[in-house]
Amino acid sequence: MLAEYVPILLFIIVGLGLGAVLIVAGFILGPRRPDEEKLSPYECGFEAFEDSRMRFDVRYYLVALLFIIFDLEIAFLFPWAIVLDEVGLFGVAAMGLFLVILLIGFLYEWKKGALEWE
Amino acid sequence: MTTDAFEIPNLTLALPEIWMLGVACLVLVVDLFSGDRDHTPAYWVAQLGLLSAALITVQAQWGLDVTTFDGNYVADAMAVVLKVTVLLLTFLAFAYSRDYLRERGMLRGEFYLLSLFSTLGMMVIISAHSLLVLYLGVELMSLSLYALVAMRRGSPAASEAAMKYFVLGALASGMLLYGMSMLYGATGSLDLAAITDVAAAESRLLLVFGLVFTVVGVAFKFGAVPFHMWVPDVYQGAPTAVTLFIATASKVAAVGLFIRLIGEGLEPLHGDWQNMVLLLAVASILIGNTVALVQTNIKRMLAYSTFNHIGFIFLGFVAGSAEGYGASMFYAVTYSFTVAAAFGVIMLLSRQGFEAENLEDFKGLNERSPLFALVMLLLMVSLTGIPGTVGFYAKWLVIRSVVDAGVMWAAVFAVIGAVVGAFYYLRVVRLCYFDQPEAEGGPQPSGSGGFRFVLAANGLSVLLLGLFPGALVAVCMAAFG
Amino acid sequence: METLYLVIVLAPLIGAIVAGLFGSQLGRVGAHRVTIALVGLSTLLSVYVLTGFMWGDRTTFDGTVYTWMVAGGIEFEVGFLVDELTAMMMAVVTFVSLMVHIYTIGYMADEDHNWPETSRLRPNAYQRFFAYISLFTFSMLMLVMANNFLQLFFAWEAVGLVSYLLIGFWMNRPSAVFANLKAFLVNRVGDFGFLLGIATVVMYFGSLHYGDVFNAVAVRPDQTMSILGGAEWQVVTVAAILLFIGAMGKSAQVPLHVWLPDSMEGPTPISALIHAATMVTAGIFLVARMSPLFEYSEAALAFVLVIGAITALLMGLVGLVQQDIKRVVAYSTLSQLGYMVVALGASAYAAGVYHLMTHAFFKALLFLGAGSVIIALHHKQDMREMGGLKKYMPVTYWTMLIGTLALIGFPGFSGFFSKDAIIEAVHHSDRIGAGFAYWCVLLGVFVTALYSFRLLFLVFHGEERMDHHTREHLHESPKVVTVPLILLAIPSVLIGLLTVGPMVFGGWFGDSILVRSGHDALGAIGFHGVGEFTLHAFKTPAIYLAAAGFAVAWYLYIRRPDLPAQLQQRLQTPYRILENKYGFDDLYLNVFAAGGRGLGTLLWRGGDVRLIDGLVVNGTARTVGRVAAVLRHGQTGYLYHYAFVMIIGLLVLLTWFMFALR
Repeated sequence: MLAEYVPILLFIIVGLGLGAVLIVAGFILGPRRPDEEKLSPYECGFEAFEDSRMRFDVRYYLVALLFIIFDLEIAFLFPWAIVLDEVGLFGVAAMGLFLVILLIGFLYEWKKGALEWE
Repeated sequence: MTTDAFEIPNLTLALPEIWMLGVACLVLVVDLFSGDRDHTPAYWVAQLGLLSAALITVQAQWGLDVTTFDGNYVADAMAVVLKVTVLLLTFLAFAYSRDYLRERGMLRGEFYLLSLFSTLGMMVIISAHSLLVLYLGVELMSLSLYALVAMRRGSPAASEAAMKYFVLGALASGMLLYGMSMLYGATGSLDLAAITDVAAAESRLLLVFGLVFTVVGVAFKFGAVPFHMWVPDVYQGAPTAVTLFIATASKVAAVGLFIRLIGEGLEPLHGDWQNMVLLLAVASILIGNTVALVQTNIKRMLAYSTFNHIGFIFLGFVAGSAEGYGASMFYAVTYSFTVAAAFGVIMLLSRQGFEAENLEDFKGLNERSPLFALVMLLLMVSLTGIPGTVGFYAKWLVIRSVVDAGVMWAAVFAVIGAVVGAFYYLRVVRLCYFDQPEAEGGPQPSGSGGFRFVLAANGLSVLLLGLFPGALVAVCMAAFG
Repeated sequence: METLYLVIVLAPLIGAIVAGLFGSQLGRVGAHRVTIALVGLSTLLSVYVLTGFMWGDRTTFDGTVYTWMVAGGIEFEVGFLVDELTAMMMAVVTFVSLMVHIYTIGYMADEDHNWPETSRLRPNAYQRFFAYISLFTFSMLMLVMANNFLQLFFAWEAVGLVSYLLIGFWMNRPSAVFANLKAFLVNRVGDFGFLLGIATVVMYFGSLHYGDVFNAVAVRPDQTMSILGGAEWQVVTVAAILLFIGAMGKSAQVPLHVWLPDSMEGPTPISALIHAATMVTAGIFLVARMSPLFEYSEAALAFVLVIGAITALLMGLVGLVQQDIKRVVAYSTLSQLGYMVVALGASAYAAGVYHLMTHAFFKALLFLGAGSVIIALHHKQDMREMGGLKKYMPVTYWTMLIGTLALIGFPGFSGFFSKDAIIEAVHHSDRIGAGFAYWCVLLGVFVTALYSFRLLFLVFHGEERMDHHTREHLHESPKVVTVPLILLAIPSVLIGLLTVGPMVFGGWFGDSILVRSGHDALGAIGFHGVGEFTLHAFKTPAIYLAAAGFAVAWYLYIRRPDLPAQLQQRLQTPYRILENKYGFDDLYLNVFAAGGRGLGTLLWRGGDVRLIDGLVVNGTARTVGRVAAVLRHGQTGYLYHYAFVMIIGLLVLLTWFMFALR
């Protein structure tokens, strides 16, 4: 029983080990010429010099949310596509329905102006 | 992979939910393209959709007891009764709140949309037969409700209430999910029937742990003490229309949730959860009554008195018998219709820039509107549980089931609770009939003819149920026969 | 079938609702037209049902109309039992009610004068009155048609309620309010017994349905129960006596009779309908309906017999000294109810019920006649201010005379057959107390004739004692008054002649009345046709006693009108006893009512004010207020407090379960 988990254990050990080795190697071997830009924390899309508790545009969230929905849709479509010949017509119809519902949601956000940045 | 897994489920069984989804989508599209300021097309589509959904439910599911979608979905008599009740309550909520929301500039298509999705979630809960579907329904219902509470965007109170509701609701959902995961861990199945079998076969500590967490989650959805703290804030912060919806429909759905998950699913653990439920019931009656006594705001008064009634519903669960569940269901159904009408009267008396929220506003109602004073009298008397009204039968059935279960002291306690309840309910009656209105005459009943008609019909149905409770009692009892 | 019965019952209810709720819109004429039409419909159908039983092939109907609820195996239902007994009662109730409805148009015509100008109740009093009497008709029909004890009890209370409302119809008169309160309270005493009786029945026979109960009784008549200290009682006896106590209240038997004379404060049509013809006979009907129960208890029947006999004689005697015309008729009603009860006690149920029917006609006639007199004299009721009215009001006089002859049992009139049957049945009965009862009812015949003709002579003969103004306006009453009188006079004369054979002696009632073998006092009489029965009557003392009563009345009030006053002087003590009605009223007022009030005051001062108000109510309220104030502070509004409480709750449950499971 437990023996079956040995590969996973190995995988974890190798993964952790490799990660550690790479970091340590970079630390030792890498050239070190720090400047201000390099030392500042990295943050996507924002000015790095302000307080992190600042106000920012709520539209980021909106876009993020919308993105997640369609991202998940794709994630759902891949496995479906793989077994398409097994699920048959019913599977196609079900996915069609799913997409229609999604489409209605899309219609809604479009009509409400959620997709317009300005 | 076998093709069995993709056997086409019996879709006609799930027709009510499918229909409701269609109605919700249709309302969305119609409202998007109608451009009507008052959202009239959306309103009518929604109302017709709700009524037809009720009819479809009866047609598609009455008299059956079968599962489909691989045992994930069940259609039985209990589902029919609860779904029809939820659908009708939503119908009432829409009918009552239209004028109210319009006058306050809150009437948007999203109100209908979110309510409809919430209703769909409730229906899913009621027909769920596996942990996943159950949770799916709970979340669909709850998320829509959070957004509904926040609908009055300009009001800090509403935002605050919505935030509290959301955070606490998320906490409760987390507990529910945690409990479910333990149940899954202990039994290795998501199917409620399979869980029942395993639970009956062996008793394990993990199961009991899972049980405690799920009971907590369910108790939160009910608003049972001590998981009740959100209720007064949400009731007061939310627009009255939404309060009405939360106070009635979601309670009925919660009855379905309890019976599906704990009453039937964990039936073998009855000995374990009986005392737990009893404790919640007694605490609810105690706290609800005590605090309701001193309220001066009628919405808050109704909110606190809700605990009292939730206590009674829980008492019905205590017995764990068919009679007990039937009694609880009868109680929830009749209670929600009664309270819906009470909120209807509140909204009737409210007008632009004025909420008829204080008990004072009901002074001398009889002189301004004898009909709705009579309706209010009827409702309050029924909520009190005076013999001859439907509230009496509900209380009586519950108390009888408790006595049958051999928990005499709880029955006595419940009776005392009901008597205390008389004080604050009959106070409203006194205000309506025996007190003189304030100097300027008090709020006049407003509202369109349709609203008044539905409200009067709602009040009348409470009266008729009191005179002829037999049929509904029989239906509720048959649901568990 | 069922629909027919439903229509009969519901038609008056609809009338009551329409006239009661929409009275001001309908107006007077509309209100009385609607109610009369609907009661008329009910009457026609009732008569149709009765003829179906008489000559057709209508069979007993026993069915449930609506199941209200089922609790603990006992069904609470609305259902109808229609058999011969019920059919007869239905016909009597609806017919008299119809007559009273019509008569009321005349009697209440100047109803506005009875109310103060400013009274809010004044505008619709007329319509309200019609609504009440229709409502009463509905309740009474529900009572007689019930097939279970629950419905019986509800209808029983409903007729009591309407009676209460109608006695106090003129609620601006203190005496009316006193009277209706009295009626209400005295009936509560009876109802208490009644309810206990029903409880006993349900407890020991396990059903509310008549049929089931009667079957259970027949199977186990000797079942016993222990009350107080181990003495074993036959259940049937206990149940029967308790039920009869209820009947005593409603049918005004000694000692629960005190409310009926006072009920004359109500309008006269009510006195005729409720307090003479129908409601007060509910007790008689009840015992007849319950005959399968009473028959198994000798003791209960003997109790019934003695109570009835006492009422029959004593109340008749009081009637001799009354000065108010309606009160004389009221005491006569009490006495006649006594007769009916005596018949029941002697197992001669058919005779009792038969007397109920004949009495309904002639007593309603007498009341309506008295009412007609009262209308003519502008609502004066004292007989000392009447006299010589015969020539002013011929129709009223002749119909009243017919009623009186029927009442005293003049051969050939309806009352003769029913009353003679009762007297003979008691004579032939060998029940304990039958000898005593026989003497009471015999003497009662003399007394009945005496007070009846005293009334007739004082009102219609002799010198005219009313004041000048009244005399000038004397005239016969309008048609709406006299027509019902005539319509009631017809059955008062004829109905006995036509129906005594089959109904009393022919076993027409069939299965609706049970008489066990050995109890059949009526069968012992031996009936061979109406003629033979009449001839036989001349061999018994009753008819001569009645003649003597007439003679004495004639001598005292026509021949020597000065004598009564002298007699009164001479016989002060007995007179005072009668005047005070044997002191029942004083006893109740001074002992029970005053005692109750005293006790109430005491409890109020000591218990209520100090203990309940001070400690329990206010104390609780204060405590609750404090607790609530604390709890209200618990509702802080802070999210983390809320979450904290939830977690605590979860922990409590978890911990508790760990302990509970270990």
